[in-house]
Amino acid sequence: MTQAERKELQVLACKVRVGVIDAVYGAKSGHPGGSLSAADLFTYLYFKEMRVDPADPKKAQRDRFVLSKGHTAPGLYSTLALRGFFPREDLHNLRHIGSYLQGHPNMNTTPGIDMSTGSLGQGISTACGMALGAKMKGTDERVYTLLGDGEIQEGQVWEAMMFASHNKLDNLVVIIDNNGLQIDGRVADVMSPYPIKEKCEAFGFEVAEIDGHDFDQIEAAFQQAKTVKGKPFAIIMKTLKGKGVSFMEDQAGWHGKAPNAEEYEIAMNELKAHLAEVEAQ
Amino acid sequence: MADIKKIATRESYGNALAALGKEMPELVVLDADLAGATKTSIFQKAFPERHIDCGIAECDMVGVAAGLSTMGFVPFASSFAMFAAGRAFEQIRNTVGYPHLNVKIGATHGGISVGEDGASHQCNEDFAVMRTIPGMVVMCPADAVEAEAVVRAAAKHQGPVYMRFSRFASPVFHGEDYSFEIGKGEVLQDGTDVAIIANGLMVSEALEAGKALEAKGIHARVINMCTIKPLDEELVLKAAKECGKIVTVEEHSIIGGLGEAVCSVLSEQYPVPVKRIGVNDEFGHSGPAGELLKQFGLCAEHIAEVTEAFCK
Repeated sequence: MTQAERKELQVLACKVRVGVIDAVYGAKSGHPGGSLSAADLFTYLYFKEMRVDPADPKKAQRDRFVLSKGHTAPGLYSTLALRGFFPREDLHNLRHIGSYLQGHPNMNTTPGIDMSTGSLGQGISTACGMALGAKMKGTDERVYTLLGDGEIQEGQVWEAMMFASHNKLDNLVVIIDNNGLQIDGRVADVMSPYPIKEKCEAFGFEVAEIDGHDFDQIEAAFQQAKTVKGKPFAIIMKTLKGKGVSFMEDQAGWHGKAPNAEEYEIAMNELKAHLAEVEAQ
Repeated sequence: MADIKKIATRESYGNALAALGKEMPELVVLDADLAGATKTSIFQKAFPERHIDCGIAECDMVGVAAGLSTMGFVPFASSFAMFAAGRAFEQIRNTVGYPHLNVKIGATHGGISVGEDGASHQCNEDFAVMRTIPGMVVMCPADAVEAEAVVRAAAKHQGPVYMRFSRFASPVFHGEDYSFEIGKGEVLQDGTDVAIIANGLMVSEALEAGKALEAKGIHARVINMCTIKPLDEELVLKAAKECGKIVTVEEHSIIGGLGEAVCSVLSEQYPVPVKRIGVNDEFGHSGPAGELLKQFGLCAEHIAEVTEAFCK
């Protein structure tokens, strides 16, 4: 990745984060923590990795993304808006009556959403179905799905992991956002999913562990994923929940809460200052 | 009825899938380690590359089916009713129903006629839960001919469908020329003293009861209501207006199934007295299917008895 490419992605990720805070503030509810931890990933997927066309969101031969941790919809919506799937101003209507931006992703109302999700543990199964479907058709779509590290406490996730390796879904990339927090506290304290890497390997995955805020590492992992044949690929990305907004960082309390007016100002100032800093580099 | 052929509707499910497989290259079948029992093995034999065994993982199976449907396939996901409608209810509700995906749930082994396996496998709740899902079509065919027609109709229908089939062999009373339409009931015997509305295995029992009642001078209208949702309200209201009394019969809990669907229509639009015959608020148990059905009153004799008393 060139310095210019890295900078461009960093700028975009800052804008995605700004959109998250705007959307959640406008909704007076929603999930900023996990949206911010996955903001760099969303940015990389939609601006670098996936073959998608905002002008033709339902194009048959496109790569698919399933947000299995559907509550972080603000992060995905903000990214889709920035990528041109719908107007950025609409982020303000998140969770409002009549808005196509539902609290959790709805594939029938929102351009760019490939699967309706929200109930944890289910998206990964649909991603398996998509990946298998591409294989059965003999087409080259790649399928990506993002799970939370708390989400993998759901048994269905492991049913799906077994399915993916049994069916040699090497067109599937499962990304786990290891921000270490869930609603009730630290994942390690609530119901430890660790060791995640060994579990994924035991379920037949090739695994990369990366820093989910480092675009070079993100790119390397997705490049590696393309070289693996005959088995699915998992990326466990270490992230900081609430990344980019100081008072939200590593705080379980910001899993699903909107900032008040004062907090909104602080968050926006921090994000905009960071954006200016990155742009000036 | 000794000369009448008896076939389990699960057989027809497998046969219809195999036949449709030839016509529809986009049709795929999923199972959860029960291909032999659900009879999807018939399809599997013909189209092994389009049969996906998900192992004992019904929740995942429903999700995989949803994903496949978004890639242009028409998936039929199969298991026992208990594990399809029961275990995977929320997956069907959220990942198939909410996005209104073109996924068909083929649930075999519905009701207590599962027999010896007992209560854990006898699903008497599937109509109730499936019909609460917006946009879901819910059907339970009465015999082998109707079962094949139901599978064909489901394959052509755009959107989610739940179909319940039986393990227990039942009389085939429809002719090969039978024409089925989703949401349309069928009057099998006319009468104006009382209407008996049944589905699934209970239709042939209701027909037999209808004949027995006829001999006693009670002219019962016997209606086969294969589609529980969307319910043929017109036919129900016509029966209420012309017969004045309704008996419903289903191999399902009297809570939430065909009986309550009929009651909802009647209580709001044309109230008439109703008797619901079904599994009363209790679990089933082990035993031969035929004997169990009799024990639970899901047989012609009991239907005739209840209807006769109701008409007095």
